Amino acid sequence: MKRTTKLLTGVALATGIAGAAIAQDDPFQVGFIYVGPTGDFGWTYEHDQGRLAVEEAYGDQVETVYLENVPEGADAERAITTMILGGADMIFTTSFGYMEATNAVAAQFPDVLFEHATGYLREHPNVSTYSARFYEGRAVLGHIAGHMTESNTIGYIASFPIPEVIRGINSAYLHARAVNPDVEMRVVWVYTWFDPAVEADAAQALIDAGVDVLMQHTDSTAPQAVAQEAGIISFGQASDMAQFAPAPRVASIIDNWAPYYIERVGQAIEGTWEQADTWDGIGPGMVEIGEMTETIPAEVRESAQAMIDAIAAGEYHPFTGPINRQDGTAWLAEGEVADDGTLAGMDFYVEGITGEIPN
Amino acid sequence: MIIDPVTLIVALVTISTPVLLAALGELVVEKAGVLNLGVEGMMIMGAVCGFIVANLTGSPTLAFLAGMAGAAALSAIFAVLTQFLMSNQVATGLALTLFGLGLAALLGVGYEGQPIPDVAKPLPEMLRTIPVIGPIFLGHDLVTYIAIFAVFAIWYVLKHTRLGLIIRAVGESHDAAHALGYKVIRIRFAAILFGGAMAGLGGAFLSVVYVENWVQGMTAGAGWIALALVVFAAWKPGRVLFGAWLFGGIAALQLRLQAAEIGVPVALLDASPYLVTIIVLVIMSSDRARTALNAPAALGKTFHATG
Repeated sequence: MKRTTKLLTGVALATGIAGAAIAQDDPFQVGFIYVGPTGDFGWTYEHDQGRLAVEEAYGDQVETVYLENVPEGADAERAITTMILGGADMIFTTSFGYMEATNAVAAQFPDVLFEHATGYLREHPNVSTYSARFYEGRAVLGHIAGHMTESNTIGYIASFPIPEVIRGINSAYLHARAVNPDVEMRVVWVYTWFDPAVEADAAQALIDAGVDVLMQHTDSTAPQAVAQEAGIISFGQASDMAQFAPAPRVASIIDNWAPYYIERVGQAIEGTWEQADTWDGIGPGMVEIGEMTETIPAEVRESAQAMIDAIAAGEYHPFTGPINRQDGTAWLAEGEVADDGTLAGMDFYVEGITGEIPN
Repeated sequence: MIIDPVTLIVALVTISTPVLLAALGELVVEKAGVLNLGVEGMMIMGAVCGFIVANLTGSPTLAFLAGMAGAAALSAIFAVLTQFLMSNQVATGLALTLFGLGLAALLGVGYEGQPIPDVAKPLPEMLRTIPVIGPIFLGHDLVTYIAIFAVFAIWYVLKHTRLGLIIRAVGESHDAAHALGYKVIRIRFAAILFGGAMAGLGGAFLSVVYVENWVQGMTAGAGWIALALVVFAAWKPGRVLFGAWLFGGIAALQLRLQAAEIGVPVALLDASPYLVTIIVLVIMSSDRARTALNAPAALGKTFHATG
């Protein structure tokens, strides 16, 4: 199934490369590896918006190519290599599961620059990693969710049990509980980033379990449609998902990769690119909160905006103690702020979440 | 927390509808002696054609017809290649899946996230509020009722009508059927089109009713499960229904166990439909005589009239 799209895009890629070879001054070629389709209106859509912003910013100087629906794991290595053999000078691999593949290929092509999203492995000097502090956005959504729930049960569609996802669940839960001490969080793991039917099934299962506010860490809009049908509220994920506003989608967490992509491609063209580990949040604009609709009471919108402003100004960190781990042991003391190392490797729930993280 | 059996049953019936439709279509195709592995490709064609027409015309009825027509048109390619040009059915079917996925992606460009009309449920709202019986029996979409009705219709036609006898004769021994004067190629061609239309209806249900959106690759392997179901069910319509509900039930149950925070090995449950299929295949193949009785004898064999 996924192979077809790759074949098709592969053909487009090959013709694009032929065109580039004929052109006299060779433009800087930037490749993007996507885990889903560009039309998912979620994660991959926003990365593709970043790609288009790069084209806009540099015009004829750059040429971009992309491959959609590239499976995570060993297959990704082949996809990246194909892209490089086709002439790519810089590659953005835009999903956590491309981590090993990116580093493996980077070892073979020291002259090509690699940017891996949401990973932590930088085994070679030509590999950078970048991610967004989505947990800052999730704190705001959790705050809204805590106010909005009447059944005191929030549902969370989770993809894979990796630190980024666990961090989001913890952040959302802590801020929901802060405004609603009785709140409970129900988490369903679907083991996919993108499968509309499964995401819809998961949403329905959570609704049947009594959830009236739905959060998702998967990429399709399918849960939004289910939420609409059930008359509960939901939040847009990765992309604005504004087609479901003003309800069920009452706010959203938007990944804005464009400024980072433009900056890094610019550095690569000028030759000033250096290995880096970027982790930006609401402050620099990598994470945005989409329009909060009228469905949310005005005072909640105000307090949510205050939280956004405080995070942006660096006055508030979503993981500020006292916070205990799920087993009751102390993690952060009063006023203590979580360090990036612990956050990056977070593999535990905070106290109060009743479920278990699957192995 | 205990899992509510009523919502579980409602969910499993809905989840299993696309696979059930596709599997029933494939059952008829295989009963006629043709193995079409292109179910996944035909389903996604149905999904994209249905969604596009729903968006353009605003009519769910036209959308379902378009989904059936689009998938049937794709299956016609398979029919021409395998019946008239006598190509290998396995290879052609696999190619059909790849072609369908690519073509659907191409047709669907720009339609992601476009608005489509709500599909009204056939029975009045009031009936759905009856406790237990309402949601389980009276609250489904029309396509779901059609799928369940099709189980009985196909069973009846195959078992008790002259048409069914002809289809089975062609699938068991095309030479004998040919000698009796039946048009083997024409009958198989029609069966393939029927299989395509059923897969297309399943795909259209997925995009127009269930997910209410078009996204590339959205069938995500449902066509392959439909193929496995036909073998699992030993080519019997009633067992196809049972298998579809079993697979749908496992999917719905494992998500609900998680939502209820009951500790279950998620990965194992996720894999269970496939494990069940393998186990059934092993059990079936251990009893060769029985399997040989159930599988159409001419399944996958090319027919060439030699006079």
